[in-house]
Amino acid sequence: MPIDTKERLKIPRQKMPEQDPRARATNFEQVNYGFTLELAQLEASRCIQCKKPTCIPGCPVGIDIPGFIKLIEVGDFIGAARKLKEKNCLPAICGRVCPQEIQCETPCVLSKKGRSVAIGHLERFAADYEREQGEVLIPPRPKPSGKMVAVVGSGPAGLTAAGELAKMGHEVTIFEALHKPGGVLIYGIPEFRLPKAVLMAEVDYVRQLGAEIECNAVIGKRETVDELLASGYDAIFLGTGAGLPNFMGIPGENLNGVYSANEFLTRSNLMKAYLFPEYDTPIVRGKNVAVIGGGDTAMDAVRTAKRLGAKNAYIVYRRSREEMPARDEEIHHAEEEGIEFRLLTLPKRILGNDTGWVVGMECLQMKLGEPDESGRRRPIPIEDSEFVIEVDTVVVAIGTGANPLVPRTTPGLETNKWGNILVDEATGQTSRRGVFAGGDIVRGGATVILAMGDGQRAARAINEYLRS
Amino acid sequence: MNLILEKRELAPQACLFVVKAPRIARKARPGQFIILRPDERGERIPLTIADSNPERGTITLVVQEVGKTTARLGRMQKGESILDLVGPLGQPSHLEKFGTVVCLGGGFGIAAIHPIAKALRELGNWVISIIGARKKELLIMEEEMRLASSRLLIATDDGSYGRPGFVTDAFKDLLEEGIQTDYCIAIGPVPMMRAVCKITEPLEIKTVVSLNPIMVDGTGMCGACRVTVGGKTRFACVDGPDFDGHQVNWDELVKRQGIYLEAEKLAMEMFLHPEGACHRRGEGDAH
Repeated sequence: MPIDTKERLKIPRQKMPEQDPRARATNFEQVNYGFTLELAQLEASRCIQCKKPTCIPGCPVGIDIPGFIKLIEVGDFIGAARKLKEKNCLPAICGRVCPQEIQCETPCVLSKKGRSVAIGHLERFAADYEREQGEVLIPPRPKPSGKMVAVVGSGPAGLTAAGELAKMGHEVTIFEALHKPGGVLIYGIPEFRLPKAVLMAEVDYVRQLGAEIECNAVIGKRETVDELLASGYDAIFLGTGAGLPNFMGIPGENLNGVYSANEFLTRSNLMKAYLFPEYDTPIVRGKNVAVIGGGDTAMDAVRTAKRLGAKNAYIVYRRSREEMPARDEEIHHAEEEGIEFRLLTLPKRILGNDTGWVVGMECLQMKLGEPDESGRRRPIPIEDSEFVIEVDTVVVAIGTGANPLVPRTTPGLETNKWGNILVDEATGQTSRRGVFAGGDIVRGGATVILAMGDGQRAARAINEYLRS
Repeated sequence: MNLILEKRELAPQACLFVVKAPRIARKARPGQFIILRPDERGERIPLTIADSNPERGTITLVVQEVGKTTARLGRMQKGESILDLVGPLGQPSHLEKFGTVVCLGGGFGIAAIHPIAKALRELGNWVISIIGARKKELLIMEEEMRLASSRLLIATDDGSYGRPGFVTDAFKDLLEEGIQTDYCIAIGPVPMMRAVCKITEPLEIKTVVSLNPIMVDGTGMCGACRVTVGGKTRFACVDGPDFDGHQVNWDELVKRQGIYLEAEKLAMEMFLHPEGACHRRGEGDAH
């Protein structure tokens, strides 16, 4: 029975069931359980199906958002998943990790009248439903174009580019340096936020679209970009991702017990150090852990520290909560799990004992001044406000530099002063003919979905390049 | 993939493996390393490429059993495959005609110094190699080093072979002979490399060392392998592993190498005694 708009607007935004915060702070199982069928249909019926949808331009990959939501509302969940996959090879991942609140959900007209449609939750629901029902449909292989494309890196940018290129009929090989595919999705994002089984199912989907994945293949070392081109690849997409971690440059950062977020998360996620000694890779299980930074990576690290048994797990961030770049949901979840936020706090030095282990961190109290070039209010140190937080582990999550392996070995590939590859924004084309790039190696440090948008745009540009 | 074609015992608890890895073999240069993971629950560890043969498509690895992963490798046999193997990683050693070069290899560092000595000699250097071990039966690759060097000196700590003492003692003898040294490379345990640098620094002999800090990805992503060189943080996996030995912060390196000693002990014990290990967990010294 059709419902009118007025009635739709009366339905409150549905909340996704979650694991109890106290229980989940001690395990690595998924935090959110996902919508039930009933909740999903109810939430979907909140969408008023705008004639000119304002949500779609907010999506970096241009998903037909009202289209897939309508299908959920009418109970065609498989159809909804397939609608998503027209534009997005990795919907179960995006439904979990995209910052919808700053993308598709902000421009939703309902956000003006209350709360936007839970687009992200619905995306996750449809993708999970399709996978759990075993109904994943592999589109028929198109006529081969006879062209070969090498994709370097199997993170969100690479997987998306590879999936799209395969759908266009090109022969695609993904080269991954690590021993498992997924890039940041496997080494960075924890199990409790993105289960490896969900990730692997979507990686398999990309494989079934026709892309081959070769792990343990480090491009820039084992083969250079020029060698790939000479060996028959007609085009290359570089999605090599985050490079070496940034440190603050304060004393004590090389003490034992100080990690970069990349190392801390790689040990726990990719290497499964949280299961040591069942798995061989160890990790320091701190009792008092400070994570420096305010992004999603910092939230992942601090919540991992808590789950590894930290009594006190702190976020140390130099600005205030309003300026934190992390997704609202992650900050909220972290708070629920008992993470302490030390805001307006700037680490000055990390203190060690004589065996080289961390025993504390000296910080300065900050206050907010005028807005800086990023538009956020600039933090200013308050004089003589030094104080010490007692910690035995520090995780630095303040971003990453560019991975040098490909730029160093590819003559003529232009980079900026930080080493990020320069590209034409519309196409992802680099300064080298036939070589395209996207994701964090270009952007420096952004989100999964922006990397996927880059992969999708580059795939279209590569297709045009190969067919012209 | 990564098939073990040959396995040879070099010394008690030390093996040489020849592994099929054609694409790594084609690219490997002296000084570079690989990262491997023996099995699904295994750790990633770096190992120096001791030799590579592009024609046969093989690389040679020398494994000393010091922890669980290396002990696990030590039990692998010809015909088995290493699950994951990635490389070549790191910067190749800087090679040119320096004149007289002293190559010092301590313990299993001899496996790492061997391809460098060989390449330096091929470039026309006068290569004096000094190799050493705790005792004669632990000394590896003597014949290979003799072939790779213009002159070979040997030292053992217990005096069971060659000059009694450390490789640094043999090096001091050499310097007392009045040999003009233009360049020096030292690879081995940290105390040995550090002792070599202590000798060469006042003499202003350029000395390169190959560092082996803890690594995870080994491809410039995680930052585990940071070392302080000349007061700056450098990453051994992409900036190294070779560094100017006179600039290295050795104290920090030694401390950082010990981060997981307790965990390593536990893992090793559980590997050797899978039955009873749970009971002894956390009790400290297992012996």
